[in-house]
Amino acid sequence: MARDSGIVSWGAYVPRYRLKAEEIVNLWGWDSNIPKNLNVAEKAVENVDEDSITMGFEAAYNAILRANINPKRIGAVFFGTESKPYAVKPSATVIAEALGVTPATMASDLEFACRAASEGLRSALALVESKYIEYGLVIGSDTAQANPGDVLEYTASSGAVAFIVGPSKEAAAILEGVYTYVTDTPDFWRRGLSPYPKHGEAFTGEPAYFSHIEGAVRGLMESLGLKPDDFDYAVFHQPNGTFPLRVGRRLGFPKEKILPGLVTPLIGNTYNASALIGFARVLEQARPGQRILVAPFGSGAGSDAYSFVVTDRVNGLRGKAPRVDDYINAKKYVSYAVHAKMRGLYRRIAN
Amino acid sequence: MTRVYVSGVGLTKVGRHFDKGLIDLAAEAAFKAIDEAGVEPEALVVGNMMSSSLQHQDNLGAYIANSIGLRGIPAFKVEAACGSGGAAVHAAFNMIKSGVYNAVLVVGVEKMTDHPTAVVTEALAQAADAEYELFYGASFTGLNALMMRYYMEKYQVSRREMSYWPVMMHKNAVANPYAQIRREIKLEDVEKSQVVADPIRLLDSSPIGDGAAAVLLVSENIVSKLAEKPIVEVAGSAMATDTVELSNRESLDAMPAAAQAAKKAYKMAGVEPRDIDVIEIHDAFTINAIVLLEELGFAPRGQAAKQLAEGRFAPGDKPTANPSGGLKARGHPVGATGVYQVAEVVMQLRGDFPGVKVDKAEIGLTSNIGGDGSSLIVHVLKRV
Amino acid sequence: MRLSPAQIWRTRIPRYRLIGKECKKCGRRHYPPRPACPYCGSRELIEVELPRTGVIESFTVIYTVMEGFKDRAPLIIATVKLDDGTRVVAPITDAEPEDVRTGMRVEAVLRRIRDDGSYGLIGYGTVFRPTILVHKTS
Ligand SMILES: CC(C)(COP(=O)(O)OP(=O)(O)OC[C@H]1O[C@@H](n2cnc3c(N)ncnc32)[C@H](O)[C@@H]1OP(=O)(O)O)[C@@H](O)C(=O)NCCC(=O)NCCS
Ligand SMILES: [Zn+2]
Repeated sequence: MARDSGIVSWGAYVPRYRLKAEEIVNLWGWDSNIPKNLNVAEKAVENVDEDSITMGFEAAYNAILRANINPKRIGAVFFGTESKPYAVKPSATVIAEALGVTPATMASDLEFACRAASEGLRSALALVESKYIEYGLVIGSDTAQANPGDVLEYTASSGAVAFIVGPSKEAAAILEGVYTYVTDTPDFWRRGLSPYPKHGEAFTGEPAYFSHIEGAVRGLMESLGLKPDDFDYAVFHQPNGTFPLRVGRRLGFPKEKILPGLVTPLIGNTYNASALIGFARVLEQARPGQRILVAPFGSGAGSDAYSFVVTDRVNGLRGKAPRVDDYINAKKYVSYAVHAKMRGLYRRIAN
Repeated sequence: MTRVYVSGVGLTKVGRHFDKGLIDLAAEAAFKAIDEAGVEPEALVVGNMMSSSLQHQDNLGAYIANSIGLRGIPAFKVEAACGSGGAAVHAAFNMIKSGVYNAVLVVGVEKMTDHPTAVVTEALAQAADAEYELFYGASFTGLNALMMRYYMEKYQVSRREMSYWPVMMHKNAVANPYAQIRREIKLEDVEKSQVVADPIRLLDSSPIGDGAAAVLLVSENIVSKLAEKPIVEVAGSAMATDTVELSNRESLDAMPAAAQAAKKAYKMAGVEPRDIDVIEIHDAFTINAIVLLEELGFAPRGQAAKQLAEGRFAPGDKPTANPSGGLKARGHPVGATGVYQVAEVVMQLRGDFPGVKVDKAEIGLTSNIGGDGSSLIVHVLKRV
Repeated sequence: MRLSPAQIWRTRIPRYRLIGKECKKCGRRHYPPRPACPYCGSRELIEVELPRTGVIESFTVIYTVMEGFKDRAPLIIATVKLDDGTRVVAPITDAEPEDVRTGMRVEAVLRRIRDDGSYGLIGYGTVFRPTILVHKTS
């Protein structure tokens, strides 16, 4: 009962620099077991000349390279982020222009904490199915912020992912179904003029992350008549390295099906790219016919659960652009001090 | 067409003149040139690059003319980045050649020390392409460094061979009372000095400084009325240009505009490189001097640094290069430099240069660069 | 440097997408695009999207950076010979000075170049980084 839309191509981007969790332990005087408990050893951080636009561009560029399509055929560019370089002025137009998608296209920035890009994905799939557009480009990109000294710092990282969405006959993974589950749950927020988000600590777990993802995944399985056994891979939003494993356990997905799409232990939580980079990584190893569960989550709160079935088109696409692991493996460690400079955390004055 | 003579020159010492503004510097040089010539200028041409970006002062022609007692005369500024001074002399030369003017004062003036180095560095970078070089942070020193590395790699020139030029410049400047830096340095000093834009080091670069230079050019009409005749003629004056952006140049180891301007100037003056006794060439960075020596016909391509290491171009050799100490040590108040060069060569030909002298010099040359090889001005001066 | 909205807008296509020009008369390409061919003067030019990979022809490491670039010091600037022979002057990013060499292969990436303070515009443009990933483009 496949639908008439799917993932035509994907592209990822992870910046080159890594900050080791122990740097944060030492700087802010944490107990040294914290990184182990979070299952995050290091995180990806952006260079001084990067932001969510430049990272999103590269992921999207890779997706187009992999799809080998004329950018002019893209009819929508949705950019999900919670680290917009401009509070007002779309990021999507910069990327669309740089890719050559402009001017006959939809383009907008979406906001729903870490789930904005997923909402974009759902919308783009729907626009394709309804034949409103031929292809849609969905980008999730973040240079995630954390108040220095907040436990969030261990995980809040930088990265981007992009998907070209199109008709199922061209798809590497066909959409089988999607189920969205949202409520008003204030687990994590950032006010307009605040540089950093605040969060409800333990409250971000049970009533937020777990209940929404479980609600969405159960809703999806029920509507499609599927059981955890029917899925070959399960990719959940990954705010740290332990939550996805725990939510999987509670839903009945074994560790082996989760690990291939679990990237947070390696690069941290890339927010809007978090689960979706995991999905991209799974597409780089899945075989035709396999079924993938993808469940992004965003605070505030909501989750979308998708079921995708891989087609044989996937085989021809992998080598056509850099893979997720190419970026994960190309890394260079920086000190906290250098990271702070790259991020502009020092207060400097002009000459 | 009339011949053009230099009837008076004036210089200020190059340095950090915190107590002097554009007008004070310009006046000091202009008064000396006017007084020496005993001729009232009919027009003023100002050579300057950065008054707009550093002093927020435009309209420099009227500003200076009417501040130095020349109320009412036609006056304007000529800008060709660091080549502004040379371009101003070229413009004045042509004004006289045209027959419209008989006495044109050229004042090159630059006031660089009003701001910290980072700000001056940005202003200097306006000599490059603002949208595609300056925008990206490519400083002027950086762009010249691209040429230096390319040259050294292409011709297998060592760091040591490049170091002879600044050592010679510092030595020459010691006796020059107008020079900014009057201190001898050793080859090792160059190689140990701080890196500004690799491979350019501090002692490969000209310093930041203030200064003004003036020359008064006159026609045969004026000369015929003077009791004491000027003895130096501007025998050739030529300019050529190349792309401001480095990307669209033919090659990074060349400045073809220098060869083009030189060819014209030589032809005008009826001279060849081997006839020339003294040269003052643009060495904002060591690499500029090396490439110019080759483009102007004094050394084969790729050989200038090697020849310098063997002692060529030192005082006593023909030509003697930059007896003033050059931009490296005399200093480089950018828009004034081209006028300094002309004034210095005039003094060499007259025999009254107060520093390293080139004995019995008959023919001299100046070469001033604007941008990293985009504006090239060459003058040939002759003792008559 | 104050960033002008109109100027940022005018230059966006060549800056983001490495759009240069090709001369119909002499066949040579150039960047940034000019109204006439810098090599032969012809005005018969067509816009071309230049290749995004090339090699470093020359480079410098700038320690005395201009105003606004202290957070990028030392700043690496290179002349890059693109695969079609067109030369581009651009920063090299994601690289340590000691690893940069002439002849090194590099690829174009979009990066943030300048901020006009915290409230003004952001200028984006193309810079290059060492080709660290295995690209198979066809
Ligand atoms: C090289 C440069 C960056 C040095 O600037 P800086 O680091 O700010 O140097 P400072 O002015 O602080 O000077 C520090 C010391 O070095 C000396 N110094 C500065 N520049 C020097 C130079 N180029 N050569 C020799 N000594 C120099 C100064 O005299 C000073 O010594 P002091 O304290 O005994 O007086 C600067 O002079 C420069 O940018 N030069 C190039 C100018 C240029 O591009 N001109 C246009 C080219 S066409
Ligand atoms: Zn042409």
